[in-house]
Amino acid sequence: MRVGLFIPCYIDQFYPKVAIATLKLLQNVGCEVDYPLQQTCCGQPMANSGYEHLTGGCNENFVRNFSGYDYIVSPSGSCTLHIKHHLHAANESEASAIRSRIYELTEFLTDVVKVSSLKATFPYRVGLHQSCHGQRGLHLAQMSELVAPPFSKPAQLLNLVDGLDLVQLDRRDECCGFGGTFCVTEEAVSAKMGKDRVADHLRHGVNYITGVDVSCLMHLEGILKRANSAVQVKHIAEILTATV
Amino acid sequence: MNQLNLDHASAAVEFNKDEPRVDWHDETLWFVRTKRDRAAAQLPEWEQLREAASQIKNHVLSNMHDLLAQFEENAKQNGITVHWAENADEHNAIIHKLIQDAGVTRMVKSKSMLTEECHLNDYLTRHGIEVIDSDLGERIVQMRKEPPSHIVLPAIHLKKSDVGETFHEHLGTEKGATDPQYLTEAARQHLRDTFLTRKVALTGVNFAIAETGGFVVCTNEGNADMGAHLADVHIAAMGFEKIIPRAEHLGVFLRLLARSATGQPITTFSSHFHRPRPGQQMHIVIVDNGRSRQLGRPDFRNSLKCIRCAACLNTCPVYRRSGGHSYHSAIAGPIGSILAPNLDMKLNADLPFASTLCGSCSNVCPVKIDIHDQLYKWRQVLMKEGYGPGSKTAAMKAMATVLESPSLYRVAGKIGRGVLRFTPVLAENRFNPWYNQREMPEPPAESFRDWYINNKKV
Repeated sequence: MRVGLFIPCYIDQFYPKVAIATLKLLQNVGCEVDYPLQQTCCGQPMANSGYEHLTGGCNENFVRNFSGYDYIVSPSGSCTLHIKHHLHAANESEASAIRSRIYELTEFLTDVVKVSSLKATFPYRVGLHQSCHGQRGLHLAQMSELVAPPFSKPAQLLNLVDGLDLVQLDRRDECCGFGGTFCVTEEAVSAKMGKDRVADHLRHGVNYITGVDVSCLMHLEGILKRANSAVQVKHIAEILTATV
Repeated sequence: MNQLNLDHASAAVEFNKDEPRVDWHDETLWFVRTKRDRAAAQLPEWEQLREAASQIKNHVLSNMHDLLAQFEENAKQNGITVHWAENADEHNAIIHKLIQDAGVTRMVKSKSMLTEECHLNDYLTRHGIEVIDSDLGERIVQMRKEPPSHIVLPAIHLKKSDVGETFHEHLGTEKGATDPQYLTEAARQHLRDTFLTRKVALTGVNFAIAETGGFVVCTNEGNADMGAHLADVHIAAMGFEKIIPRAEHLGVFLRLLARSATGQPITTFSSHFHRPRPGQQMHIVIVDNGRSRQLGRPDFRNSLKCIRCAACLNTCPVYRRSGGHSYHSAIAGPIGSILAPNLDMKLNADLPFASTLCGSCSNVCPVKIDIHDQLYKWRQVLMKEGYGPGSKTAAMKAMATVLESPSLYRVAGKIGRGVLRFTPVLAENRFNPWYNQREMPEPPAESFRDWYINNKKV
């Protein structure tokens, strides 16, 4: 199975460790992984700001990079959702194939690879931030709004990690307030939402906050650091490959 | 305090200056949301009910003309006078005329968001008519000359102490009183006198039934009934989307409405009006005010399915932390943000951006309106039609140019990381909204791509 690794732009630039962990994790579970070198961004920053009409160049570039793989996997619920819903290109059949073959990392591991064990150890109290686009958009976990049986693909994987103590939050799927450009255009609300989200984790004595979206984690990390908190953020791929 | 004349983000900055109050506002509304969750979970068929409601409303949207014509015919046969208003001005003028015809200068109203949308109170007051809102929350904000901040809980932004102050000023209650029972009793006595002396009463309409020509009004305080039953003239104001085909559909909507709104199994009063009692006049004013236009927009017509339960407001993490007034529109929150641009794109271009697109609104919605998808779509329409600031459009064009070119992207990334590593002051300053309350991410020396090339020998 040939997997094209899609590393979102801000992970490439600011969180290479997350990308390295993702690559290792996919290789550990037996995937043949390729990282197309000319990739950039999914186009979501423009699209969510109301400029989807300016994303044609990003779309074409994405199609050039990711056509022909059996699967495309990304450590980001948000970017994956954007591609799944909004990728269109001159070669629409290629774009359509990509839309149907792109997976967020944890759903790929649970639904395609069907991972049932992991060699990972992480003996800490961990809070899971269910990012909205992954949870409600890709349905990585049941949302609290629906009357339906609970499940969580990220939690299912975290429960395979030795020593990890996954805490229950008071508001299990409240948005953190990152929201793409929302984080700067609506700075007051965004920061307040982030502070409240962090407070929920702190109330439950976590050592780490994890999640499937580095963007949300980057926002929460910024708030934790401003408060000089000892609590750290780690992307789920880093925990699923941890050997501490 | 009148309605804030600010865009959403600026109004939210003001609202967030009192953080304990934001916490209180957030927790109060989250409490309502959790009550809703418990009430919904008690019905194993909840999701089927939502689907049924959504399908009925889809049918309504596709058969609007026929259903309204059927309603008009049946209502007339029942002895109800039916009026049609194309816009807010016509709606206000029709109601003004009915009050004049009754020969009075005072009226009592039950809560109606449509009359808020049409600014009826202002209009009537300017024309010398005294209007008293009889819903307790609505009465409180009316005394304070504020619009409601929430469509179901109009005064949810106010604390008991704020209400005590307002009642002290307007109803002569003791200064500093905050006891809800004492304050409610004062309001009750004041409203009782109003109900007994007003000859004209206005109510909203929650559901109008095409099959019977009757309509249903839902309240928790019984104030609509008190007004309508004691008055010689009952005027009902209705947005045309409130029509449902048959009486049997009420079972679906009444079960969903109160549970979604407040977590109650049903509203305390679900009053059915079919015909005027002997000697009474009953009028219904059916209002368009942009609804036809919205019905004609394939991407946004679904917004007309709304039954005004406010579940999307209660669940919205942005609404809870910015308050209803920050939406500068009669209907606040996520649903308001997709209705308002239809009324005025220029004035309300900021509202579809007052969201993280988290999607909670769409999934809590009892009639399955794709609210967050419509917010996304409005953003596209508004920016394409030029309602965005020029600086934003220029920045987005520059961003697109960089991100669509692998080489430019890599150069820009390297420069960006370099700036953050070696001259952080360029980012860590008061002009950077990210840095105001958050630290910047720590930039690594090499990108993942660099690492991959160095380590993977491609």
